[in-house]
Amino acid sequence: MNLTDLSIYSLYSAMAVYSLAFIALAIDLARRSSAVDAAAQRDASETVAGSAAHSEASASAASAGGSTLTLTRLSSRLANDAAMPYRGAATLRVGLSLTVLAWALHAVATVTRGIDAERVPWANMYEFSLSGTLLIMTVFLVVLTRVDLRFLGTFVIGLVLVLLGISSLNYYVEVAPLPPALQSAWLVIHVFVASLATGFFAIGFALSAFQLLQFRRETLAAEGTTMRLRFLATLPSSTTLENLAYRVSIVGFILWTFTLIAGSIWAEQAWGRYWGWDTKEVWTFIIWVIYAGYIHARATRGWRGSRSAWLAIIGFAAVMFNFGIVNVFFTGLHSYSGL
Amino acid sequence: MQPKLGFTELLRFLWRQITSMRTALFLLLLLAIAAVPGSLVPQRSSDPNGVTQYFADHPDLAPVLDNLQAFDVYSSAWFSAIYLLLFISLIGCVIPRTKHHLIALRAAPPATPARLGRLAGFTTRQAPAGTDAGAAITAARAQLKSSGYRTALFDKNGTVSVSAERGYWRETGNLVFHSALVGILITVGFGGGFGFSGQRVLVEGQTFVNTLLAYDSFNPGRFFDDTTLDPYSLTLDEFTVDYEQQNLQAYGQPIDFTADVTVGSPGQADEAGQVKVNSPLRTGGTDIFLLGNGYAPTITVTNPEGDVVFTDSVPFLPQDANLTSLGVVKVPDGLAEQVGMVGFFYPTQDTAQSGAYFSSFPDLEYPMLTLNIYTGDLGLDDGVPTSVYSLNTDDMTQLTGGDTGVETLEFMPGDSAELPDGLGTVTFADNSPDSAANDFSKSVPRFASFDVHHDPTVYWVLSFAVLILLGLLTSLFVPRRRVWVKATAQSDGSVQLEYAGLARGDDPALEAAVTAIADRHVAGLPTGAAAVNPAKPAVSVPDQT
Ligand code: HEM
Repeated sequence: MNLTDLSIYSLYSAMAVYSLAFIALAIDLARRSSAVDAAAQRDASETVAGSAAHSEASASAASAGGSTLTLTRLSSRLANDAAMPYRGAATLRVGLSLTVLAWALHAVATVTRGIDAERVPWANMYEFSLSGTLLIMTVFLVVLTRVDLRFLGTFVIGLVLVLLGISSLNYYVEVAPLPPALQSAWLVIHVFVASLATGFFAIGFALSAFQLLQFRRETLAAEGTTMRLRFLATLPSSTTLENLAYRVSIVGFILWTFTLIAGSIWAEQAWGRYWGWDTKEVWTFIIWVIYAGYIHARATRGWRGSRSAWLAIIGFAAVMFNFGIVNVFFTGLHSYSGL
Repeated sequence: MQPKLGFTELLRFLWRQITSMRTALFLLLLLAIAAVPGSLVPQRSSDPNGVTQYFADHPDLAPVLDNLQAFDVYSSAWFSAIYLLLFISLIGCVIPRTKHHLIALRAAPPATPARLGRLAGFTTRQAPAGTDAGAAITAARAQLKSSGYRTALFDKNGTVSVSAERGYWRETGNLVFHSALVGILITVGFGGGFGFSGQRVLVEGQTFVNTLLAYDSFNPGRFFDDTTLDPYSLTLDEFTVDYEQQNLQAYGQPIDFTADVTVGSPGQADEAGQVKVNSPLRTGGTDIFLLGNGYAPTITVTNPEGDVVFTDSVPFLPQDANLTSLGVVKVPDGLAEQVGMVGFFYPTQDTAQSGAYFSSFPDLEYPMLTLNIYTGDLGLDDGVPTSVYSLNTDDMTQLTGGDTGVETLEFMPGDSAELPDGLGTVTFADNSPDSAANDFSKSVPRFASFDVHHDPTVYWVLSFAVLILLGLLTSLFVPRRRVWVKATAQSDGSVQLEYAGLARGDDPALEAAVTAIADRHVAGLPTGAAAVNPAKPAVSVPDQT
């Protein structure tokens, strides 16, 4: 088997294992829902003033407080401010093990592609997707060592699977040497950091999406109704999710700022001007401004909470647009999709 | 009756609105949205040909868009208005905050709150027996100071405390970041005016001298003085291209472009240099970039008497990846009529099933030149500038090719052909007549197009960009926090220590930090004989929501 085949087989295996991990983690979410149901029934049968409802009330009181003080305090108790704490079941651990295995296969696919091409494996659309998704997963796994975000697994793996599926079906190209325009140390730095930033934005996006769902659940719970996605009760409160999303996204923002600067230096070297409003430059700028807006929103009265979460989601949508649409369908100096 | 706003009140009101956080956010989002159209419609600044094409494709829509400055989005009135307002807001925001911060930098931390119990990370410790409250606080102060806190001691009704604050760099970083944004805008806005950019095409062997007239096109900045051009000379000695020939998936893809040049400066020895993509040559205060390349067939035209009326290596513009190239020759004088020629050059000529020619490889394997001849008015005397790369055939008659029934002229290097109507002779020179019969690799000279830039402000822009990054890092990652330590003498003579903190901005590590301070503080206090009362261990009271 040559390197080309090894890379491709590793990728297909990685995708298969990711799919299994996705299923296991989805089952885990279902288990969480039934655990929530069971707890609700227990409460009802014991006709105790529901403890869940109780903690609910205090949680919403806390978020209503909204002072820096309260926020800080909540954020330091990340793991245990769920309305209904949930101890990970076996499926969760299986799902996570499969994720790590898939990640390792994914890494093999990426590294062998690089060895095969005798350069960094990020020089065309197929390779951007391959290493970009690897970085999303890497960021996710690294963040997991610090905060328990395993509930994001289905979401993140789902995203990665869709991206890998699209790119291996539509964007696959054989190994080719670098065109002169890409022969630069800045390819290594600029594209790598951009992909890393994308990894952080992706996790921030997932957290913001869950923040919105969780906020909806909390609002409904305060009115005494429940939501269909019952597993949400086992997740951290929307305020905690918001703080986490913010922290992950600002790392992404700093990396993106660096991407923008490194890209300008490269553009100066290659084309003689550091900024020319080329399509790709425009979108990199738009993304930067959206996330600057997101950071501001968090410091603007009336914009904390769901509104700022929407900005993070729009920001990530712009990242995906920049990557998936601008690279492929827009013309400009950055026509390196290799398609 | 409605109270009337005076003029100054109105101004003050407007200013407060403009410099509010809400306005800043609104303008930022507006800026993001306003930048979008420029990526959907070609821009004159980056893609002028695209704009021309757009006008041709959408003759009704284009003028409407043009009125909205859609082809010049980034210099349009509306885009400029948004970012100028944003920067006014920014300046109006940064100045008072800077003042405020300068005062805070010199001010002592605020008095210790009466009750610490509801603050972040609140925790209590029992001081070792025999500890004096005052001494405990002095020790706490020394500890906090050595960790970079600014401190102040307070004594209220017998309760001594230290109030400490750190992380002033956070605000400093934020102010540096925002000020550097202003710096970038100003250098980009005005700085660009002090430079120039010029383009010049050089065929192998040609030399150009860095003077205004030598450029094919020249775009000076508003404040640029062209007498400051350093008159160095640049000779293109050789242009080399490497094509991929091993990997069949990428066969014919260029893998290297190298322009070997000689730079001559008045009064100095000539120096050899290289220009490559991604590696400009920096000389004479300018940066020389390699932007494009192609073939420049050497074409000679003689009149029926045998006098040369035209001879030049004419750059042909590449049309595809295999360098099928299009070029134009204009012979205004010396023949019976003005003659124009439109030609295709195929570095490796091949024939499609339809009979059409194409190039199947970008290097010189089997070069062929084809020319169609036109006679009539070249339009050179109308005073309207014309491009050397296009021929306006409106006032001309086609003599070969197309519907004329006369064969297009075809040449291999070294071939000559008669012009129709006995006008004269055309020769496609072989640049390497001595090479082997099948070796065409040097038969046609190449050209390179260079971009010459001078921008005295790039390093300013770079410095501001670095400040932006550094400001951002400190502003987002240096925690700004207040910490208080309070010592209260109990009735039984023991000393109760209380610790608490307050985050100023996002500060995930605050509670851990307060706990660490407490632990270290207690550990550092001198212990009496009975170090810690075993019956009364240090307690940590969990905070209550
Ligand atoms: C050119 C437009 C602007 C951009 C790109 C921008 C960007 C940013 C960024 C990235 C941050 C977070 C990093 C940091 O704290 O240094 C930030 C924070 C901040 N900006 Fe701006 N800003 C802009 C304009 C403004 C304006 C006009 C104001 C005043 C109304 C302002 C006030 C603030 C404040 C108060 C913070 C701190 C927020 C916090 O503590 O979380 N900014 N800005």
